[in-house]
Amino acid sequence: MSILIYAESAEGKFKKTAFELASYAKKIASETGTTVTAVTINVSDASALAAYGVDKALNVNIDKLKAFNAKAYADVIKQAAAKESSKFVLFSSNTDSLYIAPLVAVGLEAGYASNVVGLPQSIAPLQVRRHAFSNKAFTVTEITTDVKVLAIGKNSFGLVESASALTQEDFAPSLNDNDFTVKVESSEKVSGKVTIADAEIVVSGGRGLKGPENWGILEDLATALGAATACSKPVSDLGWRPHSEHVGQTGKPVASNLYIALGISGAIQHIAGINSSKVKVVINSDADAPFFKVADYGVVGDIFEIVPKLTEKIKAFKAQNS
Amino acid sequence: MKILVCISHVPDTTAKINFTNGDTEFDANGVQFVINPNDEFGLTRAIWFKEQAGATVTVVNVGGPDAEATLRKALAIGADEAIRVNTAPTDGFFVAKQLAEVVKNGGYDLVIAGKESLDYNGAMVPGMLAGLTGYDFVNGCIKLDINGSDVTAVREIDGGKETISAKLPLVIAGQKGLVEEKDLRIPNMRGIMQARTKALTILEPVAASATTKAVKFEKPAPKSAVKLISPDNLDELVNLLHNEAKVI
Repeated sequence: MSILIYAESAEGKFKKTAFELASYAKKIASETGTTVTAVTINVSDASALAAYGVDKALNVNIDKLKAFNAKAYADVIKQAAAKESSKFVLFSSNTDSLYIAPLVAVGLEAGYASNVVGLPQSIAPLQVRRHAFSNKAFTVTEITTDVKVLAIGKNSFGLVESASALTQEDFAPSLNDNDFTVKVESSEKVSGKVTIADAEIVVSGGRGLKGPENWGILEDLATALGAATACSKPVSDLGWRPHSEHVGQTGKPVASNLYIALGISGAIQHIAGINSSKVKVVINSDADAPFFKVADYGVVGDIFEIVPKLTEKIKAFKAQNS
Repeated sequence: MKILVCISHVPDTTAKINFTNGDTEFDANGVQFVINPNDEFGLTRAIWFKEQAGATVTVVNVGGPDAEATLRKALAIGADEAIRVNTAPTDGFFVAKQLAEVVKNGGYDLVIAGKESLDYNGAMVPGMLAGLTGYDFVNGCIKLDINGSDVTAVREIDGGKETISAKLPLVIAGQKGLVEEKDLRIPNMRGIMQARTKALTILEPVAASATTKAVKFEKPAPKSAVKLISPDNLDELVNLLHNEAKVI
């Protein structure tokens, strides 16, 4: 009856969300008097999970699963859940995990709650708090089925160390050709840059930067902070920045620790998309910009003067503190 | 090719969000409702297939009579016919069950849904629909090309994109990028006139249970006022971010 987690990995190394998920699962396991089992795919050494409370890792070593395949991965997880008689199957909110979770839910006849914030408010009945209305509200949702699938919202539960004696087992689910009818032909990744999805800090620019030629000051600040770069919808629509940088209600969601908005006025749709960021800093020459109403820290002034100065201060700070 | 486009009827992006009935229901009073933005990209792509390849486009919504205005808008944009499954959309699984029945009865080759709706942000209906119908599924689709029954799709992944091959019948979850924002179809006068005579069929729901229930809604705690820092004192900002917010 262990709590099952899908510990996502890339090239044999766990993603950070795997450790957050383990931390979350351990809390539920403690409350329900059970253990945590992780399903890992093509990870030869799962020992990194031991520090975060995982008691058992079921590793699936299948060549055909080296490329991502939602249906096959869902089938693997369903079979692992059945083997473990798990009542809880947990996912992170990474893109691939969110692709798989609904398939697993249907396969296990389990109710599914996504975008979960924090630990369950109650275990029996199972009630969780989740984001709704594009980050403008929360719902407390009860899952009424025996087996429950949860996708934990980005950055909504930290890392909790809990040393466990981890046993690693090979798991051989039965897969058939029908699982492999959707094939990855190729993939393109922007290498070297931290992605908006994984970034702890995001530096974002709006029309206040006046043109794509001025983006250097934003990129310098992002480099100094090790941050991902993003932009508002008008900037993306104008073609100043690639679509992949557009964050907001119809762009990418941002749930980083720190979000710095430069020259962005703060339209409702933009704020809705970035509202899950923990700390928001707004720098804008317009003291009346709506964004200041939701910011934690703000600087009113000329971004062309402020941003380069801030970059210098950050560099100095990093040099002192390294 | 028979295409089914699933349409959610959601509050406009700028709507004020309030709850009623002891915070157990969304207060729809005075709220403008629209086609879910993620669904619009799929609908425009479906119309493209209609024009280029003679596909038929059916739009479907699971909802009450108030959703019909949204369905008529989809017809005005160019869909051929509409279906409304007459029941409140209680949860993602329940909606997926209703849609699965429509898919099974209609023999659709391609089902397009939006990756996530702006109201409940479940991001689960397309995947559940695929699971229930046995159709293959591509999530986060930002490009879709079809040749006979061969499909080449591109999906957005963390930090990039992935090109996928699949075969019809297929469910795809669309989002921004599936078509360019500037290419989104909007209803013109002719479309609006034609929409009035296009078929809008009302179906009764099939027996199904929701697997979750919304116990209550909550608004976020009111935010404390912003801490303004003078542009001449950026050291203070760095200090606050490090020592107070602890984010650097």
